[in-house]
Amino acid sequence: MIEFQNATKVYESVDKSVTAVNNINFHVEPGEICVFLGPSGCGKTTLLRMVNRLIPITRGSIEVEGKNINSMDIIKLRRSIGYVIQHNGLFPNMTIEDNINVVPKMLGWDQNRMKKRCSELMEMMGLDPGQFQKRYPFELSGGQQQRIGIARALAADPPVMLMDEPFGALDPIIRDHLQNEFLRIQKEMKKTILFVSHDIDEAIKLGDKVAIFDTGELMQIGTPDEILSNPKNDFVRDFVGDDRALKRLTLLKVRDLMVLSDGFRKHRLNNEWHGQVISVNENLKTALSHLLSAPNGEVCVVDDHNKKLGVLCVSDFNLFTEVHPKDISIVR
Amino acid sequence: MSGKKTEQIVKAGLYLIIISILGWAYFTGAFQFIIENPKDLLYLTGQHLKLVGISAALAIATAVPLGILITRPKFKRLDWVVLNFANIGQTVPSLAILALVMSYFGLGWQTAIFALWFNSLLPILRNTVAGIENVNPQIIDAGNGMGMTSKQVFFKLELPNALYAIMAGIRTSVVINVGTGALAFLIGGGGLGDLIFTGISLYDTGIMLSGAVPVILLAILLDFLLEKLEKIIVPRGLQRTLEAA
Ligand SMILES: Nc1ncnc2c1ncn2[C@@H]1O[C@H](COP(=O)(O)OP(=O)(O)OP(=O)(O)O)[C@@H](O)[C@H]1O
Ligand SMILES: [Mg+2]
Repeated sequence: MIEFQNATKVYESVDKSVTAVNNINFHVEPGEICVFLGPSGCGKTTLLRMVNRLIPITRGSIEVEGKNINSMDIIKLRRSIGYVIQHNGLFPNMTIEDNINVVPKMLGWDQNRMKKRCSELMEMMGLDPGQFQKRYPFELSGGQQQRIGIARALAADPPVMLMDEPFGALDPIIRDHLQNEFLRIQKEMKKTILFVSHDIDEAIKLGDKVAIFDTGELMQIGTPDEILSNPKNDFVRDFVGDDRALKRLTLLKVRDLMVLSDGFRKHRLNNEWHGQVISVNENLKTALSHLLSAPNGEVCVVDDHNKKLGVLCVSDFNLFTEVHPKDISIVR
Repeated sequence: MSGKKTEQIVKAGLYLIIISILGWAYFTGAFQFIIENPKDLLYLTGQHLKLVGISAALAIATAVPLGILITRPKFKRLDWVVLNFANIGQTVPSLAILALVMSYFGLGWQTAIFALWFNSLLPILRNTVAGIENVNPQIIDAGNGMGMTSKQVFFKLELPNALYAIMAGIRTSVVINVGTGALAFLIGGGGLGDLIFTGISLYDTGIMLSGAVPVILLAILLDFLLEKLEKIIVPRGLQRTLEAA
């Protein structure tokens, strides 16, 4: 668990002082991803780097796993927290293997254990160890480097991870792919993660919680759905955008709509279906997009085994007004 | 690609100049002199190498640690003072340095080594400082964030990533010193300058070139060897710039 209590950072320079982070209070539960979101210069990076003491806190306190970070040995603290930055920060003078082994080596692991861990991590990241571990960072693509950056941070299995726009410099397709992999991995690992982003879609997709900041102040913190359905003030409303109702649709799947509607209104499954087909696991925003582009405004829903379940049409979305994902999980 | 072409043209031009000097040396009888006096030549070359070698070793042993010292956070504020001193030092002509040092140490090879040492400091110092300061700050940040001690940050990140620049400085100063070393003769330091200045005073181009040609070949040879050394000690992950160039 990570807890911020009146956390404040004031940068002092000769002629002026900048309050980059002002009286922040919130906590993140173990195993949760909390995304820091906000416009450039709002203090996301500063708050993140205060956690591993790369930036010393001015006032207030931060606790990691129940211990005040200022009472811990700084080197030990940092070795127990995974750290990933935007341009991966891989060490160009070391091979991929050596990069991944940096923290385990400092912790005094034996060779066998390091070797095993390194292969395990590379496989988890979808990179063949035999092919890549002896290479140098410049011999990898940007997306591959970023994966190694994450593998390196995970090497000593730290319970807490700090990630500063780890997917920021990648093109949209690779980014989407890595986000999905990241979620898959997190499902097993259950790390407590602080994740900086300035992309609202990324925050909704990855965050168990989203914390929105403006000029050093915490504007709102909540689940993606709380933020989208109940923006606390004008800043948050503007920041998430006028299409927030559409964005909320990404939080729900066709399956959820089926549960809510007790199946679909139209069952025309004895006939052959020539129109579009979507999976029951697709999110509702994509489903709506399919519907809008279907000639007759209907698409067929299939399950994982391609079995036809029913026909979805735009009017099914009527059911969805004012429904929160929470309500649906109760129905489930 | 075009960069590679110009490089090839420049290289071809240099080879042409070297070959014509060799040709000139041949026709003025320099080689004959060399063949007739192999012992003299070997002895003088040995002296020359000793001058360059000792002064380079001393320069590396002072300039590299000094460069490292003034890039440490504690001494960071001093770095421009030191660099400016070194810069001003470099503007003093080699001959003037020889004259100055001579009035203290008198004549002899020690004086020559001191002057050559002084002459080598700046390229090595400047490259060491620039090399360390140009290490990508994100790498240092990542290292700190992962819990490296400042010693580990220096030995595992800063130094290896600056090695390429440091080696370039060493190469530059060694090559310059092979040339400057010819002046050592003027203060009784010996070396291949002996033949060069003897040739000049006798108006004998052959003898002059029989000293100058070995100086050129020595410079080329040492540069080549240092390049090989560089390939060995600079981490392979940093050598892509060489391949790309
Ligand atoms: N070392 C520093 N000295 C003085 N002010 C600083 C320093 N570092 C950051 N700031 C200021 O603190 C504020 C917050 O900076 P921070 O880097 O945390 O923003 P951010 O939210 O991460 O922005 P971005 O999305 O652009 O990365 C900014 O106004 C910035 O100018
Ligand atoms: Mg930032």
